[in-house]
Parts: sequence; structure tokens; C-alpha cells
Amino acid sequence: MNRLFDFMLPPEKSTTAGEVDALFHFITEVSLILLLGITAVMLYFAFKYRRKSEDETTPLITHNNTLEITWSVIPLILVLIVFSWGYQGYLAKTNPPDDAYEIRAVATSWLWQFHYQNGHVSTNELHVPANRPVRIIMSSDDVIHSFYVPDYRVKMDVLPNRYTQVWFEATEPGESVLYCAEYCGTAHSDMLADVIVHTQEDFELWLETGDAIDEDLSPAELGEQLVQRQGCMACHSTDGTVLQGPSFLGAFGRDRELTDGTTVTIDENYIRQSLLEPNTQVAAGFQPIMPSYAASLNDRQIDAIIEYLKTLEE
Amino acid sequence: MATSDSPNIKKLQVRRYPPEENPKKTYLTEERGLWAWMTTVDHKKIGWLYLSSIAFFFFVAGVLALLLRTELLTPSQSFITADTYNQLFTLHGAIMVFFFLVPSVPAALGNFILPLQLGCKDVAFPRVNLLSFYIYVAGAIIVLTAIFTGGVDTGWTFYTPYSSSAAGGNIMMMTFGVFVLGFSSILTGLNFIVTIHRMRSPGLTWNKLPLFLWGLYATSVIQILATPVLAITLLLLTMERLLGIGIFDPAIGGDPVLYQHFFWFYSHPAVYIMIVPGFGIISEIITTFSRKHIFGYWAIALSSLAIAFIGFLVWGHHMFVAGQSSLANMVFSFLTFLVGIPTGIKIFNWVATMYKGSIDLKTPMLYAMSFLFLFMIGGFTGIMLGALSVDIHLHDTYYVVAHFHYVMMGGMVFAFLGGLHYWWPKMTGKMYNEFWAKISLLILFIGFNLTFLPQFVMGSLGMPRRYFNYLEQFQGYHQLSTWGAYLLGVGFVIMAVYLFHSMRNGKQAKANPWGSRSLEWQASSPPPLHNFEHHTPVIIHGSYDYHKPMSEFQLGIPTSHNGHGEEETVTPEPGPAEEADK
Repeated sequence: MNRLFDFMLPPEKSTTAGEVDALFHFITEVSLILLLGITAVMLYFAFKYRRKSEDETTPLITHNNTLEITWSVIPLILVLIVFSWGYQGYLAKTNPPDDAYEIRAVATSWLWQFHYQNGHVSTNELHVPANRPVRIIMSSDDVIHSFYVPDYRVKMDVLPNRYTQVWFEATEPGESVLYCAEYCGTAHSDMLADVIVHTQEDFELWLETGDAIDEDLSPAELGEQLVQRQGCMACHSTDGTVLQGPSFLGAFGRDRELTDGTTVTIDENYIRQSLLEPNTQVAAGFQPIMPSYAASLNDRQIDAIIEYLKTLEE
Repeated sequence: MATSDSPNIKKLQVRRYPPEENPKKTYLTEERGLWAWMTTVDHKKIGWLYLSSIAFFFFVAGVLALLLRTELLTPSQSFITADTYNQLFTLHGAIMVFFFLVPSVPAALGNFILPLQLGCKDVAFPRVNLLSFYIYVAGAIIVLTAIFTGGVDTGWTFYTPYSSSAAGGNIMMMTFGVFVLGFSSILTGLNFIVTIHRMRSPGLTWNKLPLFLWGLYATSVIQILATPVLAITLLLLTMERLLGIGIFDPAIGGDPVLYQHFFWFYSHPAVYIMIVPGFGIISEIITTFSRKHIFGYWAIALSSLAIAFIGFLVWGHHMFVAGQSSLANMVFSFLTFLVGIPTGIKIFNWVATMYKGSIDLKTPMLYAMSFLFLFMIGGFTGIMLGALSVDIHLHDTYYVVAHFHYVMMGGMVFAFLGGLHYWWPKMTGKMYNEFWAKISLLILFIGFNLTFLPQFVMGSLGMPRRYFNYLEQFQGYHQLSTWGAYLLGVGFVIMAVYLFHSMRNGKQAKANPWGSRSLEWQASSPPPLHNFEHHTPVIIHGSYDYHKPMSEFQLGIPTSHNGHGEEETVTPEPGPAEEADK
């Protein structure tokens, strides 16, 4: 249905989005009518009763009970409608169906990791099946983050000391953006992920094979893709800029001073170690905040990243 | 008041007391010099001290906002780094809220006007009044030091655990500054409550109390009850950081959501500290420029108190997606809608006041009408955000940012500016240039809407707040918003120019240039050091009695027997000398 304020909302891509949008339209349209009505009356009075002489006196009108009760009760009824409508929608959005497919999400400054039931892990990519309720059980490794997918009209804070959950059912295969909506520091605005919706068969295929579709890439090309997809770029630049972590540019083969005062050469083993147990050898001047990639990268992918870093010469 | 059939109360002889025009001796010409200003206990001078301080902070935080908007012209880095951006938006919010919005109307305009509207010489505790100003200055200096010794980048909400562990910057000192500041707020509130209870002029009964004072009264109650909670919260935060006691930080056994409860328990009522006195200003302006008795006096007065009361019970609507229970969310959502009702009642009453008025569209009136329009948008979008299912989508997006600015800037700042223009002749004794004032208002109005309307759209499209980088699809909206912000800047520059010009070269203002019935306009412009030169005035008519011509308007000084001053003889003037009791 085409409505006046459709331009204000992103496409509806979940089963509960329509419910939210209906209420959004209702409030916006009623508000617009009231806003224009009251403003028109105000402007009409300002014109009709403009001052014509300095000595005018005005009638004494102190109050009018009927009128005042009317304009208290009508808004009260309106907001009660909005309240119950909103609460109803809220219940639907917060109570996942029993048969929902469960995915575990871990938020870390500043990336998202998703653990699937077969042990597969993806970073900054959330793969879900279409037309099946998905329940995400979330926690944070550090500060508060918030899981927000505008296309699904879902949002839930991700807390460090407890689990929170969110559920949705995507209606069609495609991609949507997942934002972190709770301010979490320097790279808060880069803490995005892709939600990739597969058909049920494709989803199962993806779960089996993971990123095997990358077979035909050269190791360096695959490495470049992985560095971008796995959220590395939130903290490590490839152009020499120092972010939360050291830049990759020209790093390979160089000596690096560590926080414990020792020096290592950045070679294949150092990179491997940094991916799997990142906080054992932290470069001097940086915080030990990098999450481990042990669960999300296989050997071939680690090799590819090493090959890619070798290409980043100054 | 006495009537002829209550024999115990004496009749009171009064004479009409016209204010002196072009007074030679005013509060500005007495006790001059820097030291006299710094140590003054005169509520009018203290009002000016506050006004100049909040103007300074508004300027600083406004410039920060322009820097932020400039950075957001492009989706990626334009000219500052992400860390700088995060510090700037933190400072913009913290300075605007704690150093401008909270003290703006009560401490600056309220200080100046409250004793004048009550007909007394000063507030109840003049020295405490000065003390609260210096506490404000001390808080400000501590915060400024924090800024210059390494910024704070937590956002003005200081959410844990980010603020208690990860963030760098001088958050300790920053929160300490805000803590100190709170005491200034508490003392001002206390002072106002006592003054309103104890120092009303004879005849100024509660049902004649000007609505601005009802607004300040409700505000003061919130200040006294809510501000200590903020102080406690910041103290706990400090203990956690300094002593490592786990209160909010989960790493040492605390609960970050507890912090949010504490914080919003203060900060939501604080929103009403900011807006309720603004409501009071609007009531004064609309009656004066419509020459009309306020419609629904008690409805407006009591709705301020209702807002103050219910406002304490809605803090949880900031936490709908923070992991609160469904039951808590339902209750908070419900109460949030309830608080909308008294606010709506006020709006209807203001518009009804204009009915059959004699409306003069001077600058303050135009500000009041702009306020009504912008505040309604703020209110309606608040209804949207109170609806649970929709809030899940809109929470922490630019929709909230726009809503907040419509309430706080379109509402509160426009009300404040309306009040400033309304009372400017009283405060300075000078008129400002009406033409430029209207031009400036027009630019502000257009600039404001251009800045914040696009933010509603991008917010509901999914643009989260506090984002340094953003997706390209939002760039058009961000650019519109930035151009609007520049327009706002132009509007404020024009205002600063004509107001300064008016101070030096403005036309001498009459005692009552707007023909208002309110008490502060029955003193000369600017008022003498002790407000009403002769005596404590006796209030005969209410401050909204516009149904009688000005020539019949009675404000008397007593001739005898009212208990004020010595038994002295005042010769009744020929002409409008009347008995007090009609």
C-alpha cells in the first residue's frame, strides 16, 4: 500500500516489519493532521484577532470545562490506542517462536562474530535462511553494543554481563545492513556487518562449505577479501594510518617492538600467532584488544592473509 | 481579600502607583564597577552573570555543533579524526545540557524576573544565590580543564562500562565538574521555592501567581529532588574508577544497566527542568501580546506540576532495548504517554488564549508561535518514540536526535529567546531593532527546520546516531542538515549584533512597552536596585486581567494598615484612587 510517509522507511524485509510500519504511518498521519490543524487555527486567530487599536479590551474568558475535558479525553484515547498497539507489536517482536533457528552472536569493539550450530564462525557476516525464524543470542566481550537491522525493524542492546536476544524472520533472500547502534568508541561507526539471507538449501550449503566458494582466487586476492570481510580494517589500515592497531602497510619483514620490551620480526609465524592468539605478542603502544580468529579462519585462509600482507609494500 | 462583610479585616487605602519613566537611578547605575558586579547579591545582576555565562557556553557548544555538521558533509573523514569527532559530540551535548539548558531559564531569566513578579526586593537568600553562581563557575572551570587535559569521548550520557573502563580522556574530572554543577542547581531551586512561598506581595495569592512562576516552582521541585541522584551516580562512577569497587563495570562485578537507570532517573526529569520554565515564558508572552486573560489558568498551572511529577516515573523509556523486562517496558511506555496529556492541554490552552484577543505580532509573540509549532513536532515524535514496537526501530537513530532537538532547541531555546526578547526592555532599559529581530527569527526558523527535519527521515531510514562514517545513501540528508546548521549560525550572529547594538544605542524603553498587566512591568525599565522604589506593592488585579482597560488597572502602594512599613500618611492622588477591595 502506498502511504504518504513511505519515503521515511526502509524496505520491509522481515515478517514483523509491516506491523511496525503500520503504527509508524498511523502516528505520523494523525500527528500531521493535528499539527496542521492546530497551526492553522493559531495562524487564523493571529490574523483574525490582530490588534486594530491600542486601547482594545478583550473579553474575559477564563475557562470552559466542556472544551477542556474534550481536548484532554480525545488525546488520551488516541495515546491509549497507540500504547496498546505498540505494546502488542512489541510482544510479537520480543517473543521468538519455539522452532527458531539459533545463532550465537558475540560483539567486540568493533566487529561482530556469529557462531552457528555446527561450529562454523563468520565475522561481520550474518548468514540466515529465508522464511524461517532466527533467534540470535547475543553477548559482548567488552562494552555495550547494539544489534540493529533497519530492514527488519529489530534492535537490541548487546551487554557484557548477560545474554540478550533478538529474533526475526527474513522474507526473501538478499542482503541487509547490520549496524551497531550503541556508541562504543572510536570505530563505532565502522562496526557494520552484512546480513546475508539465503534460501534454505543455499543456507545449508553455506553451513557445510563455508567460504569454499573462494577456490578460484589467488592466495593474495583471497587474503585481501578476508581482511576486508573479517573486520580487520576497523583497526588496521592498509595505507599507513595508525588506528587502534598498527597499519599493515610495509609491516611484513620489519622488526616490531612489543609491549614487554622484546622485539620480533614480523614473519609468517608472527602473523599466524597474532591471528590465533592475538594478545600474547602485542605491539608497543597498542592495547591488547584484538579478538582471536582461531574459530573463524582455517589454515588456507591464514596463508592467504599472510600472502596478502606480503604484497603491501611501502 | 477582605470584603465589607468580614469586619475583622480592615479596608486598605491604596493609590495607583505609576512606574517612573526614564529613571535616573536604576540597578545598572548603582553599585557599578567590576568588583561590585562580582560580589553583588542583587538578583538582577546575578541574572546577568548567569546570562553572560550561558551565552558563552551556548556559543562554544554551538561552534562545536557546526564543526560536527561540517565533518558530516562527507560519508568518510572530512577534516577531523573519529576520536576528535567523538570528543566534539560529547562536549556539544554535555555543555549544552549541563551548562546551557539546565541553568538557562531558571538561573538567568528566572533570577531576574522572579522577585519582580512577586513584588519583592530580592530572592529569599541573596547570598546563597551568589554562591550558587560561583558553584556554577567552579563546575564550569573543572569541566573546561578536563577538556584541555585530554578530551572525553563517552557521549554526554557517560554510559558504563565504556566510561568506566575503556575510554581514555579525563572523564574523572569531567564528571566531577558536573557533580559540582549540580549543587548550583539545587541551591537555585531551594531559593526559588522559599521565595515563592514566603515573599509574595500582599494580595498575590496562589491563584494570581503568574504562570511563569508556577513553571519555575515546578522546575525547582524537580531540581531539588532529582539532582542529588545525578550527584550520587557520578560519585559511584568515581568510586568505581578510583577505588575499583564494582558497581557498574561487569568486569569487576557491576551491572552496566544499573548505571542507565541511575542516569536517566536524573536526566529524564532534567529534560523537564529544561522545558517547564519555557512553558511559563510562553504563557506570559501569549497573554501579553494577545491582551487576553489566560485560558484555563489552573489547567496550565497544575499541568506543570503534573508533568514534574509524572516526569519522575518515565525514565525507563530510554531503555526499551537495553535489556529491561517486558513488564517494565510496558509500564514505562504507558506512563510516557500519560505525560503527553498535560503537555497537550497546555498547547490547546495557549491557542485558546489567542481566541478573541488583540494580537500584536511583535518578536516575542512570533517566538511563542514558532515555539508552539516546533514543540508540537517534538511532542508528536515523542509519542512515536513512546510506542514500544516503533521505538525498537527508532531507538538510537537520528530520529531520536531530531526529536530531542525539536523539544530542546525548537521548544526550549525558542521559548528562552522569546523570553529574552520579551524581557529585554526590562533588563536593559533599551529596545532592540524589531526589523532585524524578525529577520533573525525567520532565519533561525528556516535554519532549524532545515537542520532537523532531514534527520527524522534519515533516522527512520536507519541512520544510527553518533556515527562518524556513514553509508553514502544518507549523504543528501546530512548535507541538507549541515546547510541548515550554517543558517542557524547566521541567525544567531545577527541576533548577537542587534542585541549588542541595542545595549549601547537602543531606544530608551518605556516601563511597560508591551502594555502587560504583569507585575514586573509595573516597575520602571530598568528597575531600581530594590525593584519597587516606594514600598512592597499591593496586588489588586491579577497579572492576566486584560479585560479592563489599562487606565483602570490597579497596582497600589498601601496608604496604611496593611502591616508593611510604618504608619505613614500618603496623600491619595486625585483621580484613580480606589479602595483595594472590590
